[in-house]
Amino acid sequence: MSTLSVSVWRGTESGRFQEFTVPRLASQTVLDVVTYIQRTLDPTLAYRYACRVGMCGSCAMTVNGRARWTCRTHVDNVAQGERLEIAPLRNLPVVRDLVTDMTPFFDKWAGARGRFQGGATRKDDFARVAPGSPARQLADAGIECIGCGACYSSCDVVAWNPAYLGPAALNRAWTLVNDVRDTGNRARLAAVAGDAGCHACHTHMSCSERCPKQISPTASIAGLKRATMEAALKGEI
Amino acid sequence: MGDERLSVRTQVLLWTAQRASAVVLAVCVVVHLVTIIYAIRNGITAAEILGRTRGSYAWAGFYALFVAAVAVHAPIGLRSVLAETLNWRGAGLDLTVLAMGLALALLGFRAVYAVFA
Ligand code: SF4
Ligand code: SF4
Ligand code: FES
Repeated sequence: MSTLSVSVWRGTESGRFQEFTVPRLASQTVLDVVTYIQRTLDPTLAYRYACRVGMCGSCAMTVNGRARWTCRTHVDNVAQGERLEIAPLRNLPVVRDLVTDMTPFFDKWAGARGRFQGGATRKDDFARVAPGSPARQLADAGIECIGCGACYSSCDVVAWNPAYLGPAALNRAWTLVNDVRDTGNRARLAAVAGDAGCHACHTHMSCSERCPKQISPTASIAGLKRATMEAALKGEI
Repeated sequence: MGDERLSVRTQVLLWTAQRASAVVLAVCVVVHLVTIIYAIRNGITAAEILGRTRGSYAWAGFYALFVAAVAVHAPIGLRSVLAETLNWRGAGLDLTVLAMGLALALLGFRAVYAVFA
C-alpha cells in the first residue's frame, strides 16, 4: 500500500511539526488525511470541520504553504512528492494544532457593518430586485462567501496592518452596498474607508487567487474604493 | 507624540490625492524622459539646458507641476510604507511625512526657480 508523509502543526503559536505516515487512497481529501490521523494515530490532534462539502467554511488550513478548504482539496492536486505539510491558517491566533481562533476575523465583519440593515416593515410589499440589474449582479459576484478565512489568511496587508478589515469583511460590505434594500450604507461606507479599510488594500490579489469560491474580494474592494471616494468628495463620510 | 488619527474622510482624500498625483506624475515622467533623450542627442551642457529653461514660463510651469505632484505623492506613499513596515501610526507619523512633503516642495521649487531666473 502506498503512503503519504504528513507533517502536522502541533501546539499553539509556538509549537512544531509532527510527522505521520498515512495510507494513500484514491480520491482522498486533505480533510480525510487529518481525520485519519486523529481517529487512528493520535486522538489528541485538534482540528475543525463540519459539512465536508464546501459549505460551512470551517475546515480551512494551510496546506503546503497555501490556505485551502481541506474538505474539497484532493491530495492528488496538492501533495508534493507524496508529502503534505498541514498548518493552521495564518494571520489568526492558534487555539491548538490546526484550530485557529476566528474571533478577530468575524469581529472585522461586524466592524465593516457586514450585517444587513433593512428599512421595510412586514406591512411593506416584497422588494423586487431584477436579477439582471447591475447592482444585483455586483452583489451576486460576492455573495457566495462561506467565511472560510482563506483570503484573510493569505493577505499580507492583514499581517502588516492588524487593524485592516481584510478581504472577506470588505467583500461582505460590498455585497450590502449593492443591496438596494439596505438602508445602512452611509455608515457602512464610513466604516470601510481609510487606513484600516479598503484603502489599505494593495491589490495583491492573493485573496482572489486563494478563495475557494472563486470570489474576487479584490474587485469588491476596488468597488468600495470608488464608492467611498465619491462619498468623501461629496462630504458624506 | 499622541495617537490622534486623521478623520476617515481625510484618510480617503489623502488616498484620492495620491492617485490623482500618480496620474500627473505618469505624464510628467514621460515628458521629462523624452526631453532628456531629445536634449542629449548632441551631448549636454549647462548652457544648453539654461538656454531652454531661462525665462520660459512653460518649462517653469511644467516642472512646478512635476514638483507639486512629487510633494503630494511621495509623503502619502511613505506614510503607508512606514505604517506597514515599522508599525508606526498616528500624529507623529503624519507630521513627519508632512514635513517631508514640505521639504520636497521647497527643494523642488527652489530648483525650478534656479533654472528659470
Ligand atoms: S487584494 Fe487586497 S485584500 Fe486581497 S490579498 Fe491583496 S491586499 Fe489583501
Ligand atoms: S471570500 Fe472566499 S476565501 Fe474569503 S472567506 Fe469568503 S469564501 Fe473564504
Ligand atoms: S468542512 Fe465545511 S467547508 Fe470544509
